Amino acid sequence: MSSYHLDHLGYLETEAIHVMREVAAEFERPVMLFSGGKDSICLLRLAEKAFRPSDIPMPFLNIETGHEFPELLSFRDRRAKELGAKLIVRTVDDALKKGLATQAPGEISRNKLQTPALLGAIEEFQFDCAIGGARRDEEKARAKERFFSFRDSFGQWDPKNQRPEIWNLYNGRLNPGENMRVYPINNWTEMDVWEYIKREQLAVPTIYFSHERECFRRGGQWLPLPPSHTDASQPDPYAGARPKPNEPVKKLVVRVRTIADMISTGMIESRADSVDDIIGEVAAARVTERGSRADDKASEAAMEDRKKAGYF
Amino acid sequence: MPNTQHPIELLRFITCGSVDDGKSTLIGRLLYDSKNLMEDQLEALEKSADLTGGGQINLANLTDGLRAEREQGITIDVAYRFFATPKRKFIVADTPGHVQYTRNMVTGASTANLAIVLVDARQGVIEQTRRHTYISSLLGIPHLVVAVNKMDLVDWSEARFQEIRDEIESFLPRLGGFRDVKFIPLSALNGDNVVDASAHTPWYEGPTLLGHLETVHIASDWNLGTFRFPVQWVNRPNDPTDKTLHDFRGLSGQIASGIIRAGDPVVVLPIGLKTTIKEIRHYQDSMPTAFCPQSVTLCLAHDIDISRGDMIVGIENLPGRSSDLQARVCWMNQRALLPGKKFFLKHTTQTVQAVVTTLESRINMGTFESEPNPPALAMNDIGVIRLKTAKPLVFDGYSTNRLTGSFILIEQGSNATVAAGMLTAPTEEAKPEYTDFAI
Repeated sequence: MSSYHLDHLGYLETEAIHVMREVAAEFERPVMLFSGGKDSICLLRLAEKAFRPSDIPMPFLNIETGHEFPELLSFRDRRAKELGAKLIVRTVDDALKKGLATQAPGEISRNKLQTPALLGAIEEFQFDCAIGGARRDEEKARAKERFFSFRDSFGQWDPKNQRPEIWNLYNGRLNPGENMRVYPINNWTEMDVWEYIKREQLAVPTIYFSHERECFRRGGQWLPLPPSHTDASQPDPYAGARPKPNEPVKKLVVRVRTIADMISTGMIESRADSVDDIIGEVAAARVTERGSRADDKASEAAMEDRKKAGYF
Repeated sequence: MPNTQHPIELLRFITCGSVDDGKSTLIGRLLYDSKNLMEDQLEALEKSADLTGGGQINLANLTDGLRAEREQGITIDVAYRFFATPKRKFIVADTPGHVQYTRNMVTGASTANLAIVLVDARQGVIEQTRRHTYISSLLGIPHLVVAVNKMDLVDWSEARFQEIRDEIESFLPRLGGFRDVKFIPLSALNGDNVVDASAHTPWYEGPTLLGHLETVHIASDWNLGTFRFPVQWVNRPNDPTDKTLHDFRGLSGQIASGIIRAGDPVVVLPIGLKTTIKEIRHYQDSMPTAFCPQSVTLCLAHDIDISRGDMIVGIENLPGRSSDLQARVCWMNQRALLPGKKFFLKHTTQTVQAVVTTLESRINMGTFESEPNPPALAMNDIGVIRLKTAKPLVFDGYSTNRLTGSFILIEQGSNATVAAGMLTAPTEEAKPEYTDFAI
């Protein structure tokens, strides 16, 4: 192979950097979604590569469901601080209080409620573009995504009428109220993400590595035992998400493969305690990454329906 | 298990052809037989087979990800799939067969190294076969595979295979552009010659489809010829605490073609000033050399006023510079293109206003002949047009440079992307005005 040849990670990296710089150049008020998860960790390194020695020319935004793994939040805050970036946090709780969102009766997961909270934040800060770490290989509705994904003034995705996206010429033009979602790592697979984390020696939250945790079995998955409810003056935020008497709690050696929040993330039993181990595990995996997420299991079109409504 | 020890190449390909030629089934088969399908994906397939398919697994359901697609049993938009073998990584764009979704095929084709055009062995070559082969050639995809599918339904007839091959080979010379063309007889449904060689084709001596995808030579697909660098973003740190950054002024972008070394002389266009590359930066590194398609930041020896949309080029083989342009376009909007209409034209990293002055010709897909002076270009038509831009473009012909020779047209008001354009080579080079600006 000639020395003027990029390997697959080099190709994916240059494609993503190009996309990020297009955002910085073409939008007035872009924002980058950063949860502290592995995909958005890669986004941050790509942003450093795209913009250094300048500052990353956009703030970070995270929408909390209120059920986050504490390890993830502290990692998120630390990383934003290290990079000197402004981190904006908005919560599903706020959206509920402001009446932007209403919980469906009987539903415990707040995954769907992230959508109105996200749209509320976009409105509040007048963001015209939000960069996210979604990938086409995650799910089949996402497999149809463009790099620049147009959303109308209701934040909706119209999959039957997407803008053609040709060469590397992205059309970022918007009318007032409309906005763009941009996915620089669209073409990355789960394996690419871990190989990039290894190559760039990126830190990740400890919950990706094997650890002991109390879990209980529900819906064919090992769910983490939520933190205990101490403040009796407040309603239990994990009501409904605690083990029932017929769901015995077991101490297991587990890790997360993909992170939603504590209610929707299945833990996988694993002894992988290094990035190399994880790469080995991903290579040998016989189920997809999203196989451990309750939010995607609802129906064959679960993701498509949420995306049409404005979900990431 | 993917090999992480040495660099692995990435091959991007599209599958195209008419509706029901079996494109989605072929991708399903490639993933299934190369062990790239996961248990939960199989489980979901089996579930939908029990519910709707009378127990028969439908491999097409793997890529048809939208509700409307599964309802109608067709592919509407490009679906991207990813798989790997120990030899290569692959990105597949499964593109729609319906004529009305040709624009989505163009989306998939514009970034592909290789096109697989499927032909139903029973139907033979039809207009969509010709159209998709034409578009693949028009967009400059270097490698073509004609997959003659459903060979089981013509009793694995070598004569039938040869007949289809002869017909396509008879019109290929009129298209040009492909570096290599491969014809493969297969059955996507049963898996013959997809991953595993078929026992039904003793008369066929070539590779299986996957064997070809793993070995076709792609190392020279990127353009390492003349240096072209459209400036994408001006990198000016605004950090009052760091003195070393006070004077930093970098030009960020992706190298569209060629190789650049620190110390190389370059010309900045359209202003036409000559200078040299002081430093090539990538994140924290200073690199002696960089090449297409790397994204880098260039620092120049002179402080020249440069902004997004300008182009830094090598001193030999200068690009053209003109506001009168000729281009082949693929029209992608329901409202037909009429001469006189104004658009935004996005070329490399700049957007300018442009007016379509003349429709010179329209390609007849049946004959590949040019029909002169069409009154309009309808959706999915391909034709040659002339444009006038509000500001001159610095450009190359698409046949020599895919990235500096291409543009899109954006409709004003709706902001819809309505055309993909490929520029005709310039008639004269951009003349730098001050050639002897100090080096």
